[in-house]
Amino acid sequence: MLDLTYEAPKPKVIAGAKYDWELVIGMEVHAQVASNAKLFSGASTQFGNEPNSNVSFVDAAMPGMLPVINEFCVEQAVRTGLGLKAEINLWSAFDRKNYFYPDLPQGYQISQLYHPIVGEGEVIVDMEPGIARRVRIERIHMEQDAGKSIHDMDPNMSFVDLNRTGVCLMEIVSRPDIRGPEEAAAYVGKLRQILRYLGTCDGNMQNGNLRADVNVSICRPGQYEKYIETGDFSHLGTRCEIKNMNSMRFIQQAIEVEARRQIQIVESGGTVDQETRLYDPDKGETRSMRSKEEAHDYRYFPDPDLLPLEIEQAWVDDIAAKLPELPDAKKARFVADFGLSEYDASVLTAEVVSANFFEEVAQGRDGKMAANWVINELFGRLKKDDKDITSSPVTPAQLGGIIELIQKGDISGKIAKDLFEIVYTEGGDPAEIVEARGMKQVTDTGAIETAVDEIIAANPAQVEKAKANPKLAGWFVGQVMKATGGKANPKAVNDIVSAKLGL
Amino acid sequence: MSDLNKLTIAEARDQLRAKEITSQELTQSCLSAIDGADALGAFVHKTHDLAMSQAQAADARLAAGDAPDMCGIPLGIKDLFCTKGVDSQAASRILQGFKPEYESTVSQNLLDAGTVMLGKLNMDEFAMGSSNETSVYGNAINPWKVDDRALTPGGSSGGSAAAVAADLCLAATGTDTGGSIRQPAAFTGIVGIKPTYGRCSRWGVVAFASSLDQAGPMTKTVRDSAIMLEAMCGHDPKDSTSADLPVPNFEAMLTGDIRGKKIGIPKEYRMEGMPAEIEALWSQGADMLRDAGAEIVDISLPHTKYALPAYYVIAPAEASSNLARYDGVRFGHRATLAAGDGITEMYEKTRAEGFGPEVQRRIMIGTYVLSAGFYDAYYNRARRVRTLIKKDFEDVFATGVDAILTPATPSAAFGLGEMTDADPVQMYLNDVFTVTVNLAGLPGISVPTGLDSTGLPLGLQLIGRPWEEGDLLNTAHVLEQAAGFVAKPQKWW
Repeated sequence: MLDLTYEAPKPKVIAGAKYDWELVIGMEVHAQVASNAKLFSGASTQFGNEPNSNVSFVDAAMPGMLPVINEFCVEQAVRTGLGLKAEINLWSAFDRKNYFYPDLPQGYQISQLYHPIVGEGEVIVDMEPGIARRVRIERIHMEQDAGKSIHDMDPNMSFVDLNRTGVCLMEIVSRPDIRGPEEAAAYVGKLRQILRYLGTCDGNMQNGNLRADVNVSICRPGQYEKYIETGDFSHLGTRCEIKNMNSMRFIQQAIEVEARRQIQIVESGGTVDQETRLYDPDKGETRSMRSKEEAHDYRYFPDPDLLPLEIEQAWVDDIAAKLPELPDAKKARFVADFGLSEYDASVLTAEVVSANFFEEVAQGRDGKMAANWVINELFGRLKKDDKDITSSPVTPAQLGGIIELIQKGDISGKIAKDLFEIVYTEGGDPAEIVEARGMKQVTDTGAIETAVDEIIAANPAQVEKAKANPKLAGWFVGQVMKATGGKANPKAVNDIVSAKLGL
Repeated sequence: MSDLNKLTIAEARDQLRAKEITSQELTQSCLSAIDGADALGAFVHKTHDLAMSQAQAADARLAAGDAPDMCGIPLGIKDLFCTKGVDSQAASRILQGFKPEYESTVSQNLLDAGTVMLGKLNMDEFAMGSSNETSVYGNAINPWKVDDRALTPGGSSGGSAAAVAADLCLAATGTDTGGSIRQPAAFTGIVGIKPTYGRCSRWGVVAFASSLDQAGPMTKTVRDSAIMLEAMCGHDPKDSTSADLPVPNFEAMLTGDIRGKKIGIPKEYRMEGMPAEIEALWSQGADMLRDAGAEIVDISLPHTKYALPAYYVIAPAEASSNLARYDGVRFGHRATLAAGDGITEMYEKTRAEGFGPEVQRRIMIGTYVLSAGFYDAYYNRARRVRTLIKKDFEDVFATGVDAILTPATPSAAFGLGEMTDADPVQMYLNDVFTVTVNLAGLPGISVPTGLDSTGLPLGLQLIGRPWEEGDLLNTAHVLEQAAGFVAKPQKWW
């Protein structure tokens, strides 16, 4: 596979009152597995259904109900692991995490504490061309989501919606390799991009289908390198976990705010307590949810209702063979095959639909020109209408047709933009439109010569000036273009004007 | 046509097929017996109308010919099984009024075979107990009596045992987590088999300890157990621990020939202070099998003494988690709350009111052994012991032993209330011969083999190789025939 070389970004440094501080961040991202049915029941996972309509007897934890694993969820987890270049554990097992809450009907969440299905992997987080952070993945495990408690519908009652109960989540746990708020947001963005490429999670953060717990600690410069060398966490500061973040913007803000809080404590002689915190975006602060002492004792133990999950290497290999091309590879290929800049390649590969659109446009045509047209004209126009690529009125074939007309010299770049607008708003075949509306460039040198001759004859004074100062030949070109309604081939006009003026 | 309720399954089957009796007659006879036996406290929910309509359907099926063996046979179902539209409350207050919208796989299999459900049977609350005294319904009482002493039918399947022994039904379902089929069977002079773990689906059976729970038949004869087990068991995709294995015709395996079989006598089961009568019964049982042509060998199961403590760590650990779902949120009992009470109070009050003392004790033990700091000392250690116990059996079977003979219980049925003030551990000792079988996942059967000096039934246990219930039943059948146990309790109820 093609690889783009990159350098690590510089860690973010925050200047405290006394010292400089660096950030150390690890993340647990909960990604809802894209599947029609839940992890251990056949109930639907459809978002937005009536409350408590996607609920089976198993989800409601009725007496005597038993979980049965949904094989497709396992396949999705394996696919995700492969996409993150991670080791796949052919033997994994499910444990029960016990706690009481009304939206957790079983009184325990089925998860994989001791033997996760996916082991170590990595994510390359691009920061800017040539600069990327390699974030190590520690593990990915499957678990059940909880339901939703609603406390604000009635002054005396709480309500519970179990639609989400039992939906399969992947918890993707990173090592503390993220070194700043921007990197954290970029990490989530990259993870989201990969999951969407793989089709294993739709990445919809608004619906809560992708959410992150962020572990933040601070350390003096140089300490992180000691940790990396020794693997000894004591070189790092005490971490706080900020729970349940579902927006990239809030993730950045929360990290920044939390880091400053910790710096303030440490610089004034205090110690940071290991605890779970919540970010309040309205107040712009994090606050304690529960301390280490108040932490639940989840009494994890192997779920006796489920046999260990054993999968075969051949099955994994089969999934691997059918893995789609992933963003890093696609980007590298776009750079290599189409001569794109890394930046343009990044923009085009952000979403697989954009990348596919581009590839169709670029196929057999000028790649760079295709990239320019997709990024500048198409994306710009779609943005103006608040549309995305999936609802583009212009098809790749149409855009390709426009580019072909430019490449053949049938239309100028300027006309092409007009043509694009016509295709965008009215539709139709670009070549036919050009023909029907007489937009074709005049390349007939005879016609251009006639026009040039007429203008030279009518403007003797200008001719003299231009002979003295050849830069003024541009005036004649402009007059010819005007006389031909912009359809004359500018290069041909230039050449003829120069020749006629004897420049 | 009187006393049809006293028939065995095999007898009733033959008479039904011969059109000598109808299922409706048979069912009516059982229903009358049930109505006259409230003093036994065996049936806690009666389903007369349902039973009669099922009997009618069974008669139609029998008339059409080609009906299954169990067609038309009236049964009692332990309250632990969820039965659609019929109260299923695991003898607990916390499930008061709970009528499931689904039928457990085992009871559905029995319905599919044409059986008739007479009602639900008493048991210890959530199957936790060895005397049926923890039931919210009150005790079931053993039909066997000495003087005027009311005796326990054993537990947890005490209602099932009492009902079968008193001929209120032809047979009953039981469940066995640490001996809950075999001990009550022994106390009431009937046959009870706990199949290999995974043989019967657990789907729809209220869970006590998932890695140990297993349903099985409680019947008047070994042959009946063979017939009924075949109808109950089988692979169920809804239970991930259910075995995908074919179900043999167990009855056809009752050849009565055990020549050349090797029967192991484990020396570790010879407990200190074991009553001489039990000891004698055990030797007699070995002699009977030897006389039938089996080879009797002394064997060792060295980790036996750790089984009971390991069981009383693992079972409560799983129970503490399994019973977390009874929280008053979605079904069953919910405490009346005071003004200002929140979710914590709702949980605390609901569970304090809904669970009896023994269930609460086990939830607390289970929570403790799984908690941080104690997990390795208790739960993990108990799991290691379990592995060793399993290996003990594997080693013995690897030497060619076909079955293991032990006493079923350390004593005959004891008096109700006699253990109330005792240390709970005294009660737990009832399971001493049976829990190893659950820990190892093996099939075990209790066969009535004799009476003690006061005239109470005693049973012996046979333990078989995994998945070889057919072979085990055949050995049990030989023991049953040799022992010739025909005693019945005197009707006093």
